[in-house]
Amino acid sequence: MDLVTPSIGLIFWTTLAFVVLLILLRKFAWKPILSAVNTREESITNAMNAAEEAKKEMANLTSTNERLLNEAREERDSLMKEAREMKAEIIAKAKEEATSEGEKMIVNAKAAIETERKSAIADLKNQVASLSIDIAEKIVKGNLSGDDKQKQLVNELVEEVNLN
Amino acid sequence: MLKKIAFLSIVFILSFNASKASAPEAHEVEKSEKYDPVPEIMHHISDAHEIHFWGKGENSVSIPLPIILWTNNGIVSFMSSEFHHDEEGHHVVEKNGQKFINSHGKIYYANETADSHGSFVSHGEDGHTTNAKPIDFSITKSVVGIFLTMIILLLVFTSVARSYKKNGGIPKKLTGFMEPLVVFVRDDIAKENIGEAKYKRFVPFLLSIFFFILVLNILGLTPLGFNVTGNIAVTFVLAFISLIVTLASANKNYWKHIFWPPVPLALKPLMIPIEIVGIFTKPFALMVRLFANITAGHIVILSLISLIFVAQAGSGDATAWAVSPGAFALTLFIFVLEVLVAFLQAYIFTLLTALFVGMSVEEQH
Repeated sequence: MDLVTPSIGLIFWTTLAFVVLLILLRKFAWKPILSAVNTREESITNAMNAAEEAKKEMANLTSTNERLLNEAREERDSLMKEAREMKAEIIAKAKEEATSEGEKMIVNAKAAIETERKSAIADLKNQVASLSIDIAEKIVKGNLSGDDKQKQLVNELVEEVNLN
Repeated sequence: MLKKIAFLSIVFILSFNASKASAPEAHEVEKSEKYDPVPEIMHHISDAHEIHFWGKGENSVSIPLPIILWTNNGIVSFMSSEFHHDEEGHHVVEKNGQKFINSHGKIYYANETADSHGSFVSHGEDGHTTNAKPIDFSITKSVVGIFLTMIILLLVFTSVARSYKKNGGIPKKLTGFMEPLVVFVRDDIAKENIGEAKYKRFVPFLLSIFFFILVLNILGLTPLGFNVTGNIAVTFVLAFISLIVTLASANKNYWKHIFWPPVPLALKPLMIPIEIVGIFTKPFALMVRLFANITAGHIVILSLISLIFVAQAGSGDATAWAVSPGAFALTLFIFVLEVLVAFLQAYIFTLLTALFVGMSVEEQH
């Protein structure tokens, strides 16, 4: 019977000890431990959420990058196309200009040549005229004996000149 | 590895300790060719005024403990060593004008004169001591065990709490070992049985009761010879506290369920008394379950060890040697089982307490 008869002294000490233990542990152990565990669990949850967010953001970023890259590529293509067109245009224009310039130069040159030729002919004519006069003078000085002969001579001369 | 070695040495020491304690008795009764292990076992599982290691009578090696008595003349205290290990009522201690005597581990007022056997106590017809008793508030073996548990728990868990601060919330070493247990009590016992909304308030209480019982159970497995959770007074207090917590947190719904149960009117006169009795049977079951499990474990281990001495007393040393390995192997097996039981009973006590608290705070659906 002793075994199942609780003793008052032990009841007293157990109650006292357990209540004191409960108060002390609650204050100095369970509160800090549970709050530390809670804090860590929360931080883990937050970190996992953040990682998930970051992953999504990463995906967004990648797609944005892809888009930007495509845009850049398109822009480059269009720029190059434009440049090519411009080049062709410039070349064509330059060619055209060169052709017209050349033609103009040829025309000018032709004109100049013509002018030169004409002045050369005129010059020659003058020289021929003066030479003719000189010759004529000499002849006249020598053969100015009869009118017939003179007239004949003049005619001959004039004819000759016209033939030229 | 260290823990494993420590555990094995505990097993060994326990076995040898038990054999040492029993050995002299065995020699004494060898002639009668009969060894009764019951007194030895009962002595071990009962509370005591000293922590006894080995030896008999005057040769005992033990730690004396203070005896505190609430007597007719006020409080009297002295060390248990003043009885000189006497438990037969022979050695009278006189304090404060009163004479005290130790009979089978209990303190009585001594008779004026000794009887023919030199004993200062008188016995009734059934052999029990009939002397008057002062109220005993002594620091007994079990009280020492409880204080030791308090110190262990406070040291362990304040250091765990500190380690969180030191390591920035990362569990290391001891904390890493303790945290799963704490989280287990919080999540699988408290949250599971009380419910998400209300469990937080009860977690410190449940943690305290869990670790208190657990450490006391394990202390009972050490060779120090404690049997604290196998003492009905201790389990009574724990069950009573569990009852108080349950009733103090009970809501209207709980009381309504007891005093006006949802049964047909004709059944109410039957159900109401049953429900009222039910309030007390639950903690009563808690009390008996823990007490019986732990006490039974101690009795089984000691009985198996006693087999050796029963064999020696009955058939001599050779048989005792032959029986030893078997008895030892069985003891080891039961001991390992007891380690499991130590955890299991702490778990069950806490789980059922949480369950009862959960029932008392449950809202009506």
